[in-house]
Amino acid sequence: MLPAADVVELSRLQFGLTAMFHFLFVPLTLGLSWILVICESVYVMTGKTIYKDMTRFWGKLFGINFAMGVTTGLTLEFQFGTNWAYYSHYVGDIFGVPLAIEGLMAFFLESTFVGLFFFGWDRLSKRAHLLVTFLVALGSNLSALWILVANGWMQNPVGAEFNLDTMRMELTSMSAVFFNPVAQVKFVHTVAAGYVAAAMFVLGVSSWYLLKARDTGFALRSFAVAAGFGMASVLSVIVLGDESGYTTGEVQKVKLAAIEAEWDTHPAPAALTLFGLPDQAAERTDYAVKIPYLLGLIGTRSLDTPVTGIKDLKKEHEARIAGGIPAYDALVRIKAGEDTPALRAQFDAHKADLGFALLLKKYTANVTDATPAQIRAAAADTIPQVAPLFWSFRLMVGLGLLFLFIFAASLWFLVRRNLAPQRWLLRLAVFAIPLPWIAIEAGWFVAEYGRQPWTISGVLPTRLSASALDVGQLQFSLIGLVGIYTLLFAIEMFLMLKYIRLGPASLATGRYHGETPATETRHA
Amino acid sequence: MPDYDTLKLAWWALIVALLIGFAVLDGFDIGAAILLPFIGRDDTERRLVINAVGPTWEGNQVWLVTAGGALFAAWPLVYAAAFSVLYGALMLVLFGLFLRPVGFDYRSKLADPRWRGGWDWALCAGSVLPALIFGVAVGNLFVGLPFAFDEQMRVGYAGRFVDLLNPFSLYCGVVAVAMLTGHGAAFLATKTQGALQSRARRAALAASVATAALFALGGVWIAQREGLTVAAIGDVGAALSPLAKTVVPTADWLGNFRAHPTLWAVPALGVALPLLAGLLAHGRRPRLALTASAAGVAAIILTAGVALFPFVLPSSLDAASSLTVWDATSSHKTLALMLGVVAVFLPIILVYTRWVYRVMRGPVTPERLDADTHSY
Repeated sequence: MLPAADVVELSRLQFGLTAMFHFLFVPLTLGLSWILVICESVYVMTGKTIYKDMTRFWGKLFGINFAMGVTTGLTLEFQFGTNWAYYSHYVGDIFGVPLAIEGLMAFFLESTFVGLFFFGWDRLSKRAHLLVTFLVALGSNLSALWILVANGWMQNPVGAEFNLDTMRMELTSMSAVFFNPVAQVKFVHTVAAGYVAAAMFVLGVSSWYLLKARDTGFALRSFAVAAGFGMASVLSVIVLGDESGYTTGEVQKVKLAAIEAEWDTHPAPAALTLFGLPDQAAERTDYAVKIPYLLGLIGTRSLDTPVTGIKDLKKEHEARIAGGIPAYDALVRIKAGEDTPALRAQFDAHKADLGFALLLKKYTANVTDATPAQIRAAAADTIPQVAPLFWSFRLMVGLGLLFLFIFAASLWFLVRRNLAPQRWLLRLAVFAIPLPWIAIEAGWFVAEYGRQPWTISGVLPTRLSASALDVGQLQFSLIGLVGIYTLLFAIEMFLMLKYIRLGPASLATGRYHGETPATETRHA
Repeated sequence: MPDYDTLKLAWWALIVALLIGFAVLDGFDIGAAILLPFIGRDDTERRLVINAVGPTWEGNQVWLVTAGGALFAAWPLVYAAAFSVLYGALMLVLFGLFLRPVGFDYRSKLADPRWRGGWDWALCAGSVLPALIFGVAVGNLFVGLPFAFDEQMRVGYAGRFVDLLNPFSLYCGVVAVAMLTGHGAAFLATKTQGALQSRARRAALAASVATAALFALGGVWIAQREGLTVAAIGDVGAALSPLAKTVVPTADWLGNFRAHPTLWAVPALGVALPLLAGLLAHGRRPRLALTASAAGVAAIILTAGVALFPFVLPSSLDAASSLTVWDATSSHKTLALMLGVVAVFLPIILVYTRWVYRVMRGPVTPERLDADTHSY
């Protein structure tokens, strides 16, 4: 029995909410851990206490954020099983592997050493503690690597094959899964975006201290670390932007066409649509402002590869849906006991399109009796809503360019030793603190909303992936999750703001703003 | 590549080992948090309890996360069926677990006594709930869970959340809470001094004796409950569909013990070791008590695994849908690959975990708390 449509929608809502909520905390962990490594390395090399204080203060904020990352990450480890049971069965043979490796290789490392980062200052030598900090950073970043290998496989499922006897996808090549170009590009793009968020966080908070003229020595050094780290990261995000990952994999091609509102396939190299108003019903973009050649260059890294337009993709999908029907027909008859070599041959000939035939389940339980109209409707489902993707993508890119400007200006005035008078820049940096999170969530929205109607591109529709729960169960979990998350988020923000306001004085060293001994000048 | 049936057995052992790793390591910080509001009479004492587990609890919890990931990779059908059929229960586990990372980290960041008191109870509740529900879940394995597969391996359910709260399963939940409380108390006895330590020792004695008694009585109870056995199954060295086997009811879940009487040693240790742990704690040998307690936790969990074998997820709705070690696993290739990954990383994890415990060795004292501004 298929899960009810509203159960699927509620499960999607729950997964989207919990994943996006989790990803409010991940970027800071990814990036701040390296900033801690940088500060502590300077401390170990120079012996200057202020760099130890920087490590410990930013480490405190890291800890407040980390606790929420762990809390919200738990949900995701178990949610595939609770809400996406058929998905878990259907692709667990492949998808479970990176998740399990993530635990063994990365999450253990990160979590075992994070305690020592906080509690080990007096028990470890300087170098040993730096090693611990490095291992926390390495663990959190390796964690991202394996999660993105898993996610990349959802977008471009390579190295796997359907097994009729076990009714599931099975692993054929782990190296194909690991070196999946989509996964590799996503990893670099995602961690670099996390570094940008962390750099902007440190830059903005330091700017606030500078605007208030407090702890200036501490703030200026932190600002410098953040500006340098942020500049390198934002360049990586932009140069290694993940558009290059959009040429392989069925759903990736659709996403590329949708974020660029490419309705028709134009001769190569394709023009980039800068702005415009996508009209889904009429399949055209009004008032489009185009830059010739650019999309072809960015998207395909070549001058002669065309970018397939939405209308052509839809036609291709229509053919694949029709082509998958014989595979589904053979599958059902074999499962019913009619296991003949002829049917196995029929299945093998069409199994590449089995996933497309499963899209018809939404319209007819039998699949094999689908009418041409139903096939057309299922093909239309393979094209996500263009406008939200188009605009989210532009929001992300626009913010990325703003970050580039902020980091570049910050470095410029730092190098010229003329930062303090640039109050506009310091204010802009404070104001910009939340913006990387908006850009990151917009990016995830493009990647995952753009993946619909699939959970596994071309293999398994979302409609079939969900557990056959009832609405009441989803209501219970949604209310609980939203309630607890909201409460914890409010508490986290409260603590974060409180400790930012306290500043390095929270370390109780007696050296900082608001503390009694007047040793502040020594660092200024 | 090792034979498929060998790998299937190896993965049974590994999953059981990961669950034991979780219960033994995360078990004592769960137990410590359960005891927190009762054993710590003032703020300093409560901070001592929290800081006893503070530096290491985060790594301990990864045993649970990794067990989840390993279940997904090695037994995808179990991961899918168990977690969805236990939906409400698992959500409650999550809601409880949510309170722990933030509780440990945030509690001491403000001095306000209401704030701290609130987090103390949140930590306690966030630890009782998972312990109880994991116990209830294990109990329900013996009762059977209400799920069945269709021919395309889609899992369907019957029954409601309250059905999980049957007397036997609730009883198992109580055993789990007692077990982890005793284990947590034994750990606290190794990390504390003075009045707090003597309270921890008394708690360890009481909870461990209760665990042994409850576990033994549970054994008597289970002897009265109908079990399942596999009457016919295909070649266990090949890929098998769960629906292709024949499962029939038996008088009880003790068949494996009757077939291999040496296995009785496992439940016997499950009774004897907690008793020993309690006595050792009472006799001021906290480190030995903790070792005995850890071995006792392992014996109790292993007892459940051995009794159910080869079942890992019995179904009360359709006996043939019950999942076993032979037909719930990933492909031959995935099992072999993951075994290699575990063989490389598990020893590394054990080495660095041991190192972290060594660095953090020694009791927590009020003086140390005050000296270190990073204490919780």
